[in-house]
Amino acid sequence: MAQHAPAAAHAHDDHHDHKPHGWRRWVFATNHKDIGTMYLVFAGIMFFVGGLMAMVIRLELFKPGMQFVDPLLFNSMTTMHALFMIFGAVMPAWTGLANWQIPMQIGAPDMALPRLNNFSFWILPFASAILLLTLLVPGGGPAGGWTLYPPLALQTADAFPMTIFAIHLMGVSSILGSINVIVTIMNMRAPGLSLLRMPLFVWSWLITAYLLIAVMPVLAGAVTMLLTDHYFGTTFFTAAGGGDPVMYQHIFWFFGHPEVYILILPAFGVVSEIIPAFARKPIFGYEAMVYAIASIAFLSFIVWAHHMFTVGMPLAGQIFFMLSTMLIAIPTGVKVFNWSATMWKSSMTFEPPMLFALAFLFLFTIGGFSGLMLAIAPADFQYHDTYFVVAHFHYVLVPGAVFSILGAVYYWLPKWTSKMYDHKLAKVHFWLSAIFVNVLFFPQHFLGLAGMPRRIPDYATQFTDWNMVSSIGAFGFGLSQLLFPYIIWKCVRSGAPAPARAWEGAHGLEWELPSPLPYHTWETPPSAAVIARGAEH
Amino acid sequence: MNASARRENRKLLLKLLAFSLGAFGFGYALVPLYQVMCDITGFGNEKRLAERSVINAKPDPSRTITVEFLAQLPTVGNWEFRPLQSSMEIHPGQLYTADFIAKNLTGRDTVAQAVPMMAPTKVAPYFHKTECFCFTPQHFSRGEERELPVRFVVDPAIPADIDRITLAYTFYDETTRVAASR
Amino acid sequence: MIRKALAPIAALAAVTSLFFSQGAHAESGWHLLNMRQGVTAISREIYSLHMLIFWVCVVIGIVVFSVMIWSIVTFRKSKGAVPDTTMVHNTKVEIIWTAIPVAILVAMAVPAAKTLVQIEDTRNTELTIKVTGFQWGWQYDYLENGVRFFSRLERKADAARQLGSGVDPNTIPNYLLDVDNPLVVPAGTKVRLLITAADVIHAWWVPDFGMKKDAIPGFVNEMWFNVDEDKTGIYRGQCTELCGRDHAFMPIVVDVRSKEDFQTWLKATAEAQKQAAAPQPAATAHAG
Repeated sequence: MAQHAPAAAHAHDDHHDHKPHGWRRWVFATNHKDIGTMYLVFAGIMFFVGGLMAMVIRLELFKPGMQFVDPLLFNSMTTMHALFMIFGAVMPAWTGLANWQIPMQIGAPDMALPRLNNFSFWILPFASAILLLTLLVPGGGPAGGWTLYPPLALQTADAFPMTIFAIHLMGVSSILGSINVIVTIMNMRAPGLSLLRMPLFVWSWLITAYLLIAVMPVLAGAVTMLLTDHYFGTTFFTAAGGGDPVMYQHIFWFFGHPEVYILILPAFGVVSEIIPAFARKPIFGYEAMVYAIASIAFLSFIVWAHHMFTVGMPLAGQIFFMLSTMLIAIPTGVKVFNWSATMWKSSMTFEPPMLFALAFLFLFTIGGFSGLMLAIAPADFQYHDTYFVVAHFHYVLVPGAVFSILGAVYYWLPKWTSKMYDHKLAKVHFWLSAIFVNVLFFPQHFLGLAGMPRRIPDYATQFTDWNMVSSIGAFGFGLSQLLFPYIIWKCVRSGAPAPARAWEGAHGLEWELPSPLPYHTWETPPSAAVIARGAEH
Repeated sequence: MNASARRENRKLLLKLLAFSLGAFGFGYALVPLYQVMCDITGFGNEKRLAERSVINAKPDPSRTITVEFLAQLPTVGNWEFRPLQSSMEIHPGQLYTADFIAKNLTGRDTVAQAVPMMAPTKVAPYFHKTECFCFTPQHFSRGEERELPVRFVVDPAIPADIDRITLAYTFYDETTRVAASR
Repeated sequence: MIRKALAPIAALAAVTSLFFSQGAHAESGWHLLNMRQGVTAISREIYSLHMLIFWVCVVIGIVVFSVMIWSIVTFRKSKGAVPDTTMVHNTKVEIIWTAIPVAILVAMAVPAAKTLVQIEDTRNTELTIKVTGFQWGWQYDYLENGVRFFSRLERKADAARQLGSGVDPNTIPNYLLDVDNPLVVPAGTKVRLLITAADVIHAWWVPDFGMKKDAIPGFVNEMWFNVDEDKTGIYRGQCTELCGRDHAFMPIVVDVRSKEDFQTWLKATAEAQKQAAAPQPAATAHAG
């Protein structure tokens, strides 16, 4: 990178002019756009790997009796589906979007730490490969659930150290990625772009990144303790040596609850970008939105034990965690109300990104309602570890996180490629996804309330009907996602040229850049006038 | 990016790395923190609680509490382990002795450790053991059978809604201890 | 293009018809939509909390979704809607929509906390049974009476549930919800369970009793239930904490009898067990 300050506005140094081609461009990538693309492609592949595992699960659950897989393989499918979707698909997709968007949105030339950026990406494929390979080792993959509760997780065969190692690597990757995001946002903003003028996507990522570097190391600690319990005779979690298996759950969920907000907070950011753009109206209550994200992040540290109401907690503990969990509904409600208010007296059009954002709004709210129900501790004794919980977290993670990622890609793809994709096809993709996601997950509420436990490969016959519906929804949802890579491929290959401001109502510094995008983003920081135009909200 | 900007970035990078390392350490710090919480709320490790204090309160004959004794063994290993009395009626503030009996059928000399647990967990701070075979590992020679006493007193300050206490011991020898962590 | 998109669905329909053709199952499950009220005071309490919070959510949902749908229908560019770009902030409205949820939550928290206090009231239990989860079944131990036995998945279902057994689960009554030896308890009695586990964590749950508790190795959890005097019968549940390969195959069956019938059963069983194993070893390890 430049060792000297640019003498003139358009000064390039030699390094910048050299744009590597072929495989070197990717392996040695330091450009935020290239790395962003790699993250997104990787996340897409992992989404299909994890999705394939979900298909195995839903296939076996199509009807009672064991037809296709051994129960142990089923358990490792549920375990690995979660690990791949969380650490392989959703988190890297957010990092990819951060890489693409944050420099563009804050008027920076690139991410602050380009080589670290390259390193943190390239850890990921290796980590995923290790995790996937566990399926081939004797004893099969990890099958104790993604939460890795001891003592069950300690029964994992040869896959155990590989799983822990893969989790460590994915953790390191996401921590480094987040550090890069924080440094970029704190140090690289264009002069004049104060924190409270930043786009909400950047805000949501800043808070997410802090959350991530605070809790991901805690997970690393917890799984390291598991590892030493297994191989080095420590007894953190074994009662025999004075340890306590419940302590693992406390430590895990101290990580785990913030983790689910790591998955969903950037979605809040994305939706807060898309809705104003297609409503042609600034976001309602910008500052309230920022404070709401911050308070959700804070609350996430003090609610963890609501995942474990059934372990036998003292009464005071149950009441505390019930109340703190219910509190989350308040900032979340504020966000939903603000989005609704943004649409009020607006002028909306319904291009694909907007459709995904609207589906997010409705379906995430449903997930929020079931979350509120789960917060009620006595009722949770009935809901806990049933399909009701499965329905709940899939409602917040699929139409929540995944839909907003799809929406984000449809929103920014014309900027990235300077081409427009096939709207009709994207709308088909949307409608199929939106319908099937409900066919898939809504019946799971019924199954859970009727008493079907989660993580079972076979069930009592009265659960057959709704399981069939759910499985049909799953196959439909899985198949319709194949449209997505096709739409992107078609756009890249033969899309019509898109203008620099691809959407009429889109505001933000990224739309002030020319299309096609220059290889280096904001080599000269945007002027005060450009910032004023782009950063209004 | 100029040199000073890079310096700034590196500085923040190091700070954040240090923060992450701190968070990793915090993960481990949760272990002792959890023990402290348990000592306060009486959940889990009450061995230490027992050692903490011997109360010298007056017996309260107006209240009767049932204390049940449970003996458990892990799935592996070969022992006999049971309480001599399945339950006792006690008055708070008075000192009692209960006996368990253990027999080593493992076919060798070994050392075993009993791990105690109480239900409901909130009684633990009021249940004081002045002497217990669970305080130290117990040596058993091959085939040895021995009575194991526990002397305890229940604090009269125990909440009024408690009428029954369960004291459970799980008996682990060295082999089962290793096996339990597998 | 739409035809192309629909092609996979047609293929899917073909595959699914293949599944359905293997015979419809015994009883329909379409009506299973809600939590059951159960047969204990606590389970009914929980049910009413569940319904209360459900209706609260429905009402909020109707309000919020109506606003959204109204906006989507009305404020369309195609209908000539002009955006009001000055509408970016309104302190009064924001205070209202923060305060109302707070009030609702407080209103919800009070009855929920009351129920928790009731659940934690463990006084005056009349019968104690120790429940030990193991891979994969349950052991029940009537502490005061020396009766103890294992409870595992009933044999026919166990054969049918093997991979590729060829047995249609619909031909087996109470598939996966039946055991060889059910837990027998008296109705109208506050029964206390001491729940623990031998190997990994399990969880004991009978939906009709309204409570679920983890069975944790090395720990003893306490839980109680009191089935209504007139609700004798068979109640079924399952292990609800992933416990390894056969987690789905360790059901819980509780046979609730009248107090007299229970005493008769208890005496007979105690007698039978005494005769079966004259010098009963105390707590020798069971092979799990």
